[in-house]
Amino acid sequence: MNWQSVIGLELHVQLATQSKIFSGASTTFGAPPNSQACAVDLGLPGVLPVLNQQAVVMAIKFGLAIGAKINLNSIFDRKNYFYPDLPKGYQISQFETPIVGAGNILVHMADGSTRDIRITRAHLEEDAGKSIHDLFPGQTAIDLNRTGTPLLEIVSEPDFRTASEAATYFRQVHGLVRYLKICDGNLAQGSMRCDANVSVRPVGQEALGERTEIKNINSFRFVERAIEYEIERQIDVLENGGIIERETRLYDEIKDETRSMRSKELSEDYRYFPDPDLLPLQVSESLLTQIKQSMPELPEARRNRYHKDLELSQYDATWLSADPDVAEYFEVAMKHCGNAKTTANWVMGELSAHLNRYDVPIEQAPVSAVQLGVLIQRLDDQTLSSKTAKTLFEALWANSPQSDTDALGDSDPSTAIDAQIQTLGLKQISNSGELESIIDTILADHPQQLEQLRNGKDKVLGFFVGQVMKLTQGKANPAQVNDIIRAKI
Amino acid sequence: MHSFATLRQLSTGLENGEFSAVELATHYLALIASNQQINGFITVDEERTLAIAVKADTDRAHGRATPLTGVPIAHKDIFCTQGMLTTCGSKMLHNFVAPYDATVVYALDQAGAVTLGKTNMDEFAMGSSNENSFFGAVTNPWHIEHVPGGSSGGSAAVVAAGLAPAATGTDTGGSIRQPAAFCGITGLKPTYGRVSRYGMIAFASSLDQGGALTRDAEDSALLLSYMAGYDKKDSTSVQRQDQWLTDIPSAGIGNPAEKLTIGLPTEYFIDIDAGYIDQVRQTFEQLGHKCVDVSLSHTDVAIAAYYVIAGAEASTNLSRYDGVRFGHRCEQPESLHDLYQRSRSEGLGAEVQRRILTGTYALSVGYFDAYYLKAQKIRRLIAEDFTAALTQADVILTPTTPAPAFRLNALTKDPVAMYQQDKFTVPVSLAGLPALSMPCGFVEGLPVGAQLIAPAFREDLLLGLAKQYQTETDWHLATPQTHAGSA
Repeated sequence: MNWQSVIGLELHVQLATQSKIFSGASTTFGAPPNSQACAVDLGLPGVLPVLNQQAVVMAIKFGLAIGAKINLNSIFDRKNYFYPDLPKGYQISQFETPIVGAGNILVHMADGSTRDIRITRAHLEEDAGKSIHDLFPGQTAIDLNRTGTPLLEIVSEPDFRTASEAATYFRQVHGLVRYLKICDGNLAQGSMRCDANVSVRPVGQEALGERTEIKNINSFRFVERAIEYEIERQIDVLENGGIIERETRLYDEIKDETRSMRSKELSEDYRYFPDPDLLPLQVSESLLTQIKQSMPELPEARRNRYHKDLELSQYDATWLSADPDVAEYFEVAMKHCGNAKTTANWVMGELSAHLNRYDVPIEQAPVSAVQLGVLIQRLDDQTLSSKTAKTLFEALWANSPQSDTDALGDSDPSTAIDAQIQTLGLKQISNSGELESIIDTILADHPQQLEQLRNGKDKVLGFFVGQVMKLTQGKANPAQVNDIIRAKI
Repeated sequence: MHSFATLRQLSTGLENGEFSAVELATHYLALIASNQQINGFITVDEERTLAIAVKADTDRAHGRATPLTGVPIAHKDIFCTQGMLTTCGSKMLHNFVAPYDATVVYALDQAGAVTLGKTNMDEFAMGSSNENSFFGAVTNPWHIEHVPGGSSGGSAAVVAAGLAPAATGTDTGGSIRQPAAFCGITGLKPTYGRVSRYGMIAFASSLDQGGALTRDAEDSALLLSYMAGYDKKDSTSVQRQDQWLTDIPSAGIGNPAEKLTIGLPTEYFIDIDAGYIDQVRQTFEQLGHKCVDVSLSHTDVAIAAYYVIAGAEASTNLSRYDGVRFGHRCEQPESLHDLYQRSRSEGLGAEVQRRILTGTYALSVGYFDAYYLKAQKIRRLIAEDFTAALTQADVILTPTTPAPAFRLNALTKDPVAMYQQDKFTVPVSLAGLPALSMPCGFVEGLPVGAQLIAPAFREDLLLGLAKQYQTETDWHLATPQTHAGSA
């Protein structure tokens, strides 16, 4: 039988506010345990929550970015359950009336195709603390620093059909929230966490199969792998005559499998009801207008601009616009050299490869965007060959004293780079007389190959160009070498 | 000084140098120490009280005095007090010391009031008799075998007994007004949102409101003027400017500006003998006010709606008492579940558990619409009843309670009969309106109270009318010592 998988995601995005959603305690990550939990976060008797307006503004920004309906009136509810890292015994969330209503995200797949994903809603809620089970034998340690950190929970419709679509969406929302500056996007610190609802059904069947929920996945790669594993597991169960039970599962990244955490049958009744400590959240039209006016250029607009105005391919435009830091780097380099296509090639090729190899985020790249711009300029004016340009890039990566003045343009960055080209002897040999004498020598040294070339064996041309490049240590212009050799035979 | 002095009399005495704050505090502390049988206090910290009194004397000497500087008061043990036990009448919090002051406590401290101690109460403010306290029942100063009412029973009893000139209290369904009536004193429940709930341990958040238990209406006004105000720590507190409130410390509360129409809801006079309210009515008419009949047609379903809503909110407000971070924790828990179950079963009393269970039930899937939502609809209808009645009348007059203080243990076996004790006070709470109870006579040797109800934020009408009444009558001057039938 052929199966179709159906996937929906819930993304929990930690909003980058200074203080918590209902208290004045700091949200800074990594402080000593329980040092950033105030009386409100601890749920001490008599304390009351007060809503952080910054979190509201951030939620609205997200809603506007996905073309969603912003609910001018929304309600905070209590979600009741007992757990030691949930001090009040309830989580303040939004149940029936979230601040952000239905919207859409157009997901750009690697092959250039798109998926229009419906967003059901996005609501504000508070994060719980952390239970640490492996620190003290036989005991559970509780760190309440995270308690009350504002979360935006973004719920999608079950519109994904493959794990890769889901992972691409996750990645794209990650880029979007960073464009909006509403989340630091630090997956390793749990700034974005994903729950995936997965089911399968026979192709052609309308009704959805029973679903399972994989909780708390915090990397793009693991989301993809967890979903893939779960799809295979479900198909396996069904094909062997079994049934899928609704349950919560956890993904074990070491064993690369999901396993049952708890059955939904035993799951709790959360007894949602409006939190009487908080008035209904009212957003004024004037605040909404103000936020609309402060919206940055969004990835989709930037992508279209790269494709239409800069004439980059769809693929390149998507690649470069997805992440705000990458886009920023690209634009600075591109503005400096004026060559969008070559800049795109370098950012996506050489730079990206180096960033990956050395695991460096682009905003800390040892080669600044301005330096790359100068490098491309020197390629374009034929000072550098593509070979020596790479050598220069390596040199800049290895020991460039990255200074802010480069970017600010206090001193001309091209002066420093030109000096380096000089020092390293990377300047392309463009004097045709000099090249000609080198070529003459090589031709004379290889009479046999010369004969073959003359007999029309064009492949041998490559051999001669190679010899010239070798002798000149890559400083010759291959096109020019080609022309000279052709003229000589 | 005499033990039944008002806040204003004590303030004048301090101002005139008749006695110092330290002398005053010492006097009251001695009275408290020698009148333990009422069991009105849970915590008294003499050293702390005297230290505050010393500071009050210094402030007064340096001209930094408000009318309350050096005047002793008591706080219901539901208000958090930094560095001093706050038990809420529960075993669960028998060892809880808050690291902060409730906004009400802070405001009164800032005004220079001297805290004598923390008063006894029904556990988590759940009760109408003060018999639900982990620290034992409080007795009515007018008759030792009767209850003082609840849940602010300790506050009412210590004021009635002259052990404190005034006390703070909280009112969720009548917890200030009913004990004030039972103990023959004046009690004010302000409009919901008038007084900050920050640091006031929550029972039912949409109903809880802090207020005052005092010897007369003028004293209630004086306390209110310091307790009231917007608090950015309480999202449900209301930001507003009322000149009459600002003027109280300097000018007191004025008589009503004009002749008022006073409405008597017919539903409140069915099957009860409230001849004493007729006398109140006559007094008001003699003062030139007009009394009319009004209708509050949903009165009979108020109690049911109240116990659903209050229980629902309480069931989640009290989830934090889980034995994990503070308060009572069971010995040797074997599992997380065991820790929760035993800590809560041991730490919370029977009535609290009953309300948590009924509230949990009302919020559960399958019952939510039939109970919680229906109760909210009734709540709206009740509020609309009051809005309509208050277009026909400026103020509403009712008995505060169906009967005077009942005997200790009389109703403990019958929770529903106990709940009915609140039937005249609960509807006002559901509507969020201000109400005041003032003493207006005696039935069978026990004090009874009249309840005045005003539109939202019109405490001035209640206080003005009650002051006018108290100028004409002297029920508020009666004390257990002067009155026959006292213990």
